[in-house]
Amino acid sequence: MTTSLILLVAVAALIAAGVTLLLERSLVRILVGIIVAGNGVNLLILTVGGPGGQPPIKGRFEPDRMADPLAQALVLTAIVITLGVTAYLLALAHRTWQLVGDDTVQDDTEDRRVRLAATRGDLIDSVVATRERYRAILDQQERELAELAAESRRRVEEGEAELEQQILAVNVDLGRWMEDHRNAGLSPEELMARFEEARRLEESSKQDLAERERELRQRYAARRREQEATERQARRKIQARARQARKEMRHAIREDRRRQALALDPEMEGQDD
Amino acid sequence: MSALICLPVVLPLLAAALKLAIGQRLSRLQSLISVVTLIVVLAIAIVLAVAVDRDGTLVAQAGGWAAPMGISLVADRLSTLMLAVSAAVTLAVMVYSIAQDFADQDETAPLSIFHPAFLVMVAGVSDAFLAGDLFNLFVGFEILLSGSYVLLTFGGTESRVRAGATYAVMGLTSSLLFLIAIAVTYAATGTMSMAHIAERFDGLPLAIKLLVELTLLLVFGVKAAVFPMSAWLPDSYPTAPAPATAVFAGLLTKVGVYSIIRLESLLFPGGPVASLLQWVALATMLVGICGAIVQSDIKRLLSFTLVSHIGYLVFGVSLATPHALAGSVFYAVHHITVQTSLFLIVGLIERRTGTTSLDRLGGLAKLTPAIAVLFFVSAINLAGIPPLSGFIGKLGLLQAGLADGGDSELILVGGLLLTSLLTLYAVARVWNRAFWRPSKSVELVESVPAPMWAATAGLVALALSFTVFAGPLSGLAERTGAELLARQPYITAVLGGEGR
Repeated sequence: MTTSLILLVAVAALIAAGVTLLLERSLVRILVGIIVAGNGVNLLILTVGGPGGQPPIKGRFEPDRMADPLAQALVLTAIVITLGVTAYLLALAHRTWQLVGDDTVQDDTEDRRVRLAATRGDLIDSVVATRERYRAILDQQERELAELAAESRRRVEEGEAELEQQILAVNVDLGRWMEDHRNAGLSPEELMARFEEARRLEESSKQDLAERERELRQRYAARRREQEATERQARRKIQARARQARKEMRHAIREDRRRQALALDPEMEGQDD
Repeated sequence: MSALICLPVVLPLLAAALKLAIGQRLSRLQSLISVVTLIVVLAIAIVLAVAVDRDGTLVAQAGGWAAPMGISLVADRLSTLMLAVSAAVTLAVMVYSIAQDFADQDETAPLSIFHPAFLVMVAGVSDAFLAGDLFNLFVGFEILLSGSYVLLTFGGTESRVRAGATYAVMGLTSSLLFLIAIAVTYAATGTMSMAHIAERFDGLPLAIKLLVELTLLLVFGVKAAVFPMSAWLPDSYPTAPAPATAVFAGLLTKVGVYSIIRLESLLFPGGPVASLLQWVALATMLVGICGAIVQSDIKRLLSFTLVSHIGYLVFGVSLATPHALAGSVFYAVHHITVQTSLFLIVGLIERRTGTTSLDRLGGLAKLTPAIAVLFFVSAINLAGIPPLSGFIGKLGLLQAGLADGGDSELILVGGLLLTSLLTLYAVARVWNRAFWRPSKSVELVESVPAPMWAATAGLVALALSFTVFAGPLSGLAERTGAELLARQPYITAVLGGEGR
């Protein structure tokens, strides 16, 4: 039996186009794909029925030169069946459009549920991991804050100690000066006068000292204020970072909970009676 | 006697036409017509089965045209046995759905659509079982598919339309493949009659035979939900109304399996495809049952066990010994009945509690002991606990597999046992969660009318009767297996004399 190559190529092209369309998600495209592929198949059946010939009517034509009637009968039946089912599919596409708004084939919710349930373990693990991570960050920030506080306390102590030392040094100077004069062997009047003078000097030097002390204290206070300001700033910064981290953590946990709830929610199943 | 052969196809079609003509009036008369039709079909099927078992294959040549030219309807042991079981199952489901409709007085579920579609589907199933030529088999498939499209999208709710779209596209695609297979077969042999094809194939080169066989196998594999082509089934079946799901699960896939049996025994006995079928069977069993384990909806869980148990049937076919085929036939009969009754029971659960989700059910053993008993019996029957028929069927397949003795058969037998265990685990999970654990907030919503109980209990009893009458039934299955492998009785009966 010989057949036309062109017909076979047409069959192949039609079926290939049909299958390509069948792989779409839109029902109307699928439908068109089925119609096209169906035409290809019908053509194939006609092709395998052998070459054309005279109409297969008994008594009017030579039986040897008739076309194969069986292939034609098969094609007719196939066309009728495809027509019916195509109409059904078209109705289905219309109904889908009515219900969903477009004609794409939807995913099965139960399928999705089972798939989500399978990843539920992973989700819980990831929630735990996220929590751990944020807790570690918070711990570290608390540690940094404590270090900062210790550092500033140490600085204050150092400053006070330095001040004490200076005051002590000034007092020691004064004592030594008076000792020097006392040891010089002067008469009491002279000593008295010297002492008076010294007292005057001492008074002024005391005043001087007090002034220096005040000055030192002021400088120290200014430094301390400065120190406190930077400290406050750092603390504020760290607290803001912690707040941000906590917010992110809460958000992530909420997101995970939502996904979990989606996985567990029995209301997701179909709305059938 | 051979005039009776057309009736299982013609009667339901006539009844469907009559009911469409009557429309929505006279609902009691309508139900009467449906039930009487199905009872008559059941009676005819039983008569045919007995007659065929006694006298050999019967053939009806439609339109008076002799065999290779005309359309022949062939009733041999396999087709009549399947016909009888399917008639019994459809009758039970019909009674069940009528009772449900009458109890609900449901305006949204008019009898005028459900019953004709159901009857058309029954006609299609009968036609596929009786078809003696490949194109008539295609037509039978199309008839049952169009009926099932309507049943599946019944009511047009969102989830059903979604499931229906998947199912319809699957059906259409496999139909196109079937047509291609028919074209290829016709090109290779120049005939459509299966007996004639079988005869002419003997002289053809192996490559052409393989091409035809694989194409047809692909088509029937889609219909039977064999593993790589099984994804559509658990996606679409569970959303249909309970009676429709029950009959889909019980029958439609078995029509595919029936076609595979016919293909492998009559058209291509002992080809190199057998080992491919074995691995496909193994994959079907394991993938199906693994899917069942993780489900939390009873209907979907049962759909996955359905896929998994199709693997058993294919395993029997792949061995291609009389005992293995007998095992497949016995198991098919058992599985049709048990699977349908399980889905009907789930329908009862859904009606009583309003849900089939294992997350929400609980305490049913206390609330509805009757459903619990029915479910328990059917579930352990499905898992294959001795002495129930599931065990007998699996035993037959196991023995056939061990008798074959090859390494791959041993692996298959291991897979079969594992699947059996996992099935037990899956149904035990349902039992523990839905029936045994304390009920949380399950409330009984609607009562179940007596005919629904009767239909369900009747099917469960039928499944149990396969245990009681296991001797005669497996005897019939053995004769069927032997007859299938002999081939010649079928060919002679169809073509007459020496064939052409």
